Amino acid sequence: MMNPLTNQPQGELLGIEANEVCVDYNGTVALYDASLKLKAGSICGLVGMNGAGKSTFFKALMGFVRPSRGSIRINGSAVHKAQRDQAVAYVPQNEGIDCSFPVSVWDVVMMGRYGSMNFLRIPRESDRKAVWHALARVELLELRKRPIGSLSGGQRKRAFLARAIAQRASVLLLDEPFSGVDVRTEKLMAELFLQFRKEGRTILISTHDLSHVRDFCDLVVLINKTVLAYGETSQIFTQENITMTFGGMPPDVLSGPTPSEGFFE
Amino acid sequence: MNEFLSITSPLSFVIEPLSHEFMRRALMVSALVGGVCGLLSCYMTLKGWALMGDAVSHAVMPGVVVAYALGLPFSIGAFVFGVGSVALIGFVKQKSRIKEDTVIGLVFTGFFALGLVLVSKIKSNIDLMHILFGSPLGISDSDVQQTIIISAIVVTILLLFRRDLMLYCFDATHARSIGINTGILHYLLLSVLSLAAVAGLQTVGIILVVAMLITPGATAYLLTDRFDRMTYLAILSSAISSILGVYISYWSDIETGGSIVLVQTVIFLIAFLFAPRYGILKSQVSTHL
Repeated sequence: MMNPLTNQPQGELLGIEANEVCVDYNGTVALYDASLKLKAGSICGLVGMNGAGKSTFFKALMGFVRPSRGSIRINGSAVHKAQRDQAVAYVPQNEGIDCSFPVSVWDVVMMGRYGSMNFLRIPRESDRKAVWHALARVELLELRKRPIGSLSGGQRKRAFLARAIAQRASVLLLDEPFSGVDVRTEKLMAELFLQFRKEGRTILISTHDLSHVRDFCDLVVLINKTVLAYGETSQIFTQENITMTFGGMPPDVLSGPTPSEGFFE
Repeated sequence: MNEFLSITSPLSFVIEPLSHEFMRRALMVSALVGGVCGLLSCYMTLKGWALMGDAVSHAVMPGVVVAYALGLPFSIGAFVFGVGSVALIGFVKQKSRIKEDTVIGLVFTGFFALGLVLVSKIKSNIDLMHILFGSPLGISDSDVQQTIIISAIVVTILLLFRRDLMLYCFDATHARSIGINTGILHYLLLSVLSLAAVAGLQTVGIILVVAMLITPGATAYLLTDRFDRMTYLAILSSAISSILGVYISYWSDIETGGSIVLVQTVIFLIAFLFAPRYGILKSQVSTHL
């Protein structure tokens, strides 16, 4: 069976493949020897403390920081090619967005199409259809003309999820998707994630909310400067591992002062 | 006596000044520069670059003096120094532990001081007051031509990249993740800012140019939740301010740059008080209901 999003055989394809990735900022190690293989069509939780390197890992996957060592491949190709192919979408935390910006929900979701448009970014009929379809999937069609700032936290989250859908990204990076969302949004997101998995998308959820990882994620990666443990949630999510991730770690010569957690400041 | 009579008729208030070549020119240039700066001001206010606008507009000062001394078009010198100041700000910020707003303040005052010293030292017919406070009523033919060319360049760039620049201001992370080169957009916006500062210098002068680069955007921002509408409103309010400002300056014999910026400020205050959704009177009413 072919994966419709990447035109490659399903099952064998790795959505995300990181091999011994090291990232340092001016000599300060943020991540070392991080290895991870995520098959297309999986939902994976990325769990760690603040400053453990979650956002650094995301940045590396999006090509914002170049690993000093190791390699990353998205859908089997280099990060920059994946970027050009619109393969990776980042769904930001609510705090990371200027909510008073004068754009409507429709405009925000249309931004997912920019990478596929021509230089002047003039939407074609197909772009409008994609936006409409994405808004329908997150149940925001009625609110499409509203300014983004007038939405609730959960609705806003759905709008940015719709942008990733409109982009037709096959790899979704979500930053704290469950923080500050209402019950309806949480339920809807759970359904969407299952659909995404069926569609062959790879979903990586960065969070420190453990109960949601248990409920939503097939796989889990525990990180603190490196990948501490990785595998199926039921096996990895042990008390021992969680303690190790959140503080039981012996002092490590490699970990210098933690970089600030603010994303892309 | 003659003046008194003409003011009594509203129509002659508008028409009489148009009989002077210098007034027609001043109105045209001020409205053009107002419109261009108005368009750019939307990006400045949304990106939070007010201080950057202030910095660049002050930093062009030595460039203007050097260009005059060398017999070059003043816009070339101003552009070089404007972009140079931005590069220097970036460099100092990256290489030191000093915070960005401190670096900006440091660099632009340094450039501005250099400009003042150069004016006093280089023997030329530059009128310091014209650079500092603008003189649209005394603008020369070659300055008009330069302003038109600069405005055309700025508007062309802003129109071609308007979607990308909006996305860059709103969510640079997303822009990067879909393969848009945000580094280029950053420097493009800074270059356009330098050019617009040079154009604005003609009408309101170096000291007040930052008002042209932020006030219309701030006013429009209070009036709408749509980006496109915000740009139209900013261009409109800015161009109207320029025209009204020049007229008021003519009839009441006050300083033109100050007059234009005061009109802009009054329009902002009106929006601040009475804007349908974001005016403070509206918020007062809704909290009491």
